[in-house]
Amino acid sequence: MSTATETIESLVKQEYKYGFVTDVESESAPPGLNEDIIRLISTKKKEPAWLTDWRLKAYRHWLTMAEPKWQFVKYPKIDFQDITYYSAPKQKTDGPKSLDEVDPKLLETYEKLGIPLRERGRLAGVAVDAVFDSVSVGTTYRAQLMEKGIIFCSFSEAVQDHPELVKKYLGSVVPYTDNYYATLNSAVFTDGSFCYIPKGVRCPMELSTYFRINAAKSGQFERTLIVADEGASVSYLEGCTAPMRDENQLHAAVVELVALDNAEIKYSTVQNWYPGDENGKGGIYNFVTKRGMCKGKNSRITWTQVETGSAITWKYPSCILLGDNSKGEFYSVAVVNNMQQADTGTKMIHIGKNTSSTIVSKGISAGRGQNSYRGLVEIRKSAANARNFSQCDSMLIGAKCGAHTFPYIEVKNTSSSVEHEASTSKIGEDQIFYCNARGIATQDAVNMIVNGFCKEVFKELPMEFAVEAQKLLGVSLEGSVG
Amino acid sequence: MSKQPILEIKNLSAGVEGKQILKGVSLTINEGEVHAVMGPNGSGKSTLAAVLAGRDGYDISGGEVIYQGKDLLELDPEERAREGVFLAFQYPVEIPGVNSTYFLKAALNEVRKHHGQPELDAMEFLTLVRERMKLLELKDDLLKRSVNEGFSGGEKKRAEIFQMAVLEPKLAILDETDSGLDIDALKVVSTGVNKLRRPDNAQLVITHYQRLLNFIIPDYVHVLVDGRIVKSGGKELALELEAKGYDWILKSQTVPA
Repeated sequence: MSTATETIESLVKQEYKYGFVTDVESESAPPGLNEDIIRLISTKKKEPAWLTDWRLKAYRHWLTMAEPKWQFVKYPKIDFQDITYYSAPKQKTDGPKSLDEVDPKLLETYEKLGIPLRERGRLAGVAVDAVFDSVSVGTTYRAQLMEKGIIFCSFSEAVQDHPELVKKYLGSVVPYTDNYYATLNSAVFTDGSFCYIPKGVRCPMELSTYFRINAAKSGQFERTLIVADEGASVSYLEGCTAPMRDENQLHAAVVELVALDNAEIKYSTVQNWYPGDENGKGGIYNFVTKRGMCKGKNSRITWTQVETGSAITWKYPSCILLGDNSKGEFYSVAVVNNMQQADTGTKMIHIGKNTSSTIVSKGISAGRGQNSYRGLVEIRKSAANARNFSQCDSMLIGAKCGAHTFPYIEVKNTSSSVEHEASTSKIGEDQIFYCNARGIATQDAVNMIVNGFCKEVFKELPMEFAVEAQKLLGVSLEGSVG
Repeated sequence: MSKQPILEIKNLSAGVEGKQILKGVSLTINEGEVHAVMGPNGSGKSTLAAVLAGRDGYDISGGEVIYQGKDLLELDPEERAREGVFLAFQYPVEIPGVNSTYFLKAALNEVRKHHGQPELDAMEFLTLVRERMKLLELKDDLLKRSVNEGFSGGEKKRAEIFQMAVLEPKLAILDETDSGLDIDALKVVSTGVNKLRRPDNAQLVITHYQRLLNFIIPDYVHVLVDGRIVKSGGKELALELEAKGYDWILKSQTVPA
């Protein structure tokens, strides 16, 4: 092995910066899963009967399902009876009415993560819903958003304050029977974010949810629902971190997006869950179902994801293109290092006429990581003149990692066109030496080459997060190149 | 005033994977001089360039290289570059997604930082770039493209010399810069190189063919055969070599230089 390779490998060894634990008194349900636990969650959240029933139906359906085995990842069997399904920081009152009543330790936690919630120091132009373990601890800029009729609050509050909207759209994109983990989520979901943009309103600021897992042995099952009414538009960002723990923790979330006529939703994720240590001990299992429905004509949904964390990532943010002329887009950077595994991609289901979709996936594998792109482009008979363009590029860093591509294409009419391009490259020592020979040190060269590789995706991220994502990528790959 | 040496190669031996390629090369390059190293395929020309630039994977088994009073072989490749050693690559690599201007600005600022100079901002850099572009008759759009990506062979070589024009190295090593160029491109590239020639810098031109030396006129020509410099002379040596071929040298030379 040459010295450049060694340098590159030593670069990847960087500690996870967000691995601290907040010492906060919490209220947890006993571990295990049964109908009583589900009723307990529902009661705790003062939910209406229809929602309790929905959860129970999901649970009963889940009992009939088998864990999926087709994904290209390996992990020991999960003991679902060993997981805590409800954990919330203890509150003196019924729930904080405003951020002033929130436990200062929680506010400090978010400050440490770079997400200040207090009035002073809040992120300018970004409204944040902060979810800690199973509950939302606060949402910023709510009043300003309300002036435009925009509802942005925790899922639990939405159930109380806007039950008609929740009832109408919950499960309309991801039904409770959808898949093993989505069904589990439907039974036990605890909180999440809810967002409704009324007709013709362009959301004036970025909305974001920041997920933090803290409690040990707890699972996180949040549910996000975003509805953009006719002519509305919104850009939404999700961020995630977790403490470093030796055991694996399950994160099984569901995100549903609904775009009506002429509406636009841009959903960006910068996922930085704890990935486990370099020997693969610990880390989050991120088994998430994300799907958007372009329900109305000319609607548009864009998924942009930068996945650097998790021991295992297993998710396929998808678009159902129902409305005529609707557009679905998926831009993804997935990085695996050390022992991380990712099986991620998208599904584009073309149903309406003249629908179009774009898929740009960039997979980076380092260490002993395994990275798979799995995607489906389905063009139904009704989708006349549908178009798809897919591009899947993989970059390998070192000799012990892997990149895999599983594209599925189903076309049921003759007027559509589908293009698929794929490439695999290795960060060459030639490229690094070329940079060295121009005075650029190896670490900077690697960052430059990797960022160049991901450029098409980063340009889709909101400006401030693109910078963050670039930095994150640098950190994730520090010590990894080979 | 006597000329200061920029580079002194003393009895340099180097190889790769146990195979000896350079077998005791000695060469001194002074300020203001242009030296050409010529040789047949496999003679060790590119190895010499790679070892001087600090490429990985070569074993230095003997000799030393002094660059401006420093032990060059002790420096990392990026340190050599910052100290003013520039290698124009025979095969410049493509770096997809990395903008050429961004790349070059990063490179120049590394050199400036190394010399304690303030970094150039985008505007200052652009002014410099526009001025230097004229030397190479480059099109503006080249700067907007990714480093070498989709460049023709000629564009790549021109882009190398353009980088050299911006970085203003003390010692430029041109590794087979003529390969793959048609005569018009060769003229443009050579003209660029000649304009960069100054009394306080030096150039080491490595080539297989004499034709490049019609345009870049060297002060000295060295013939490298089987890892040794077997003959050195003035620019006329290149013409003689062109006329008689490398065999002539091999036959006439019985004792290694």
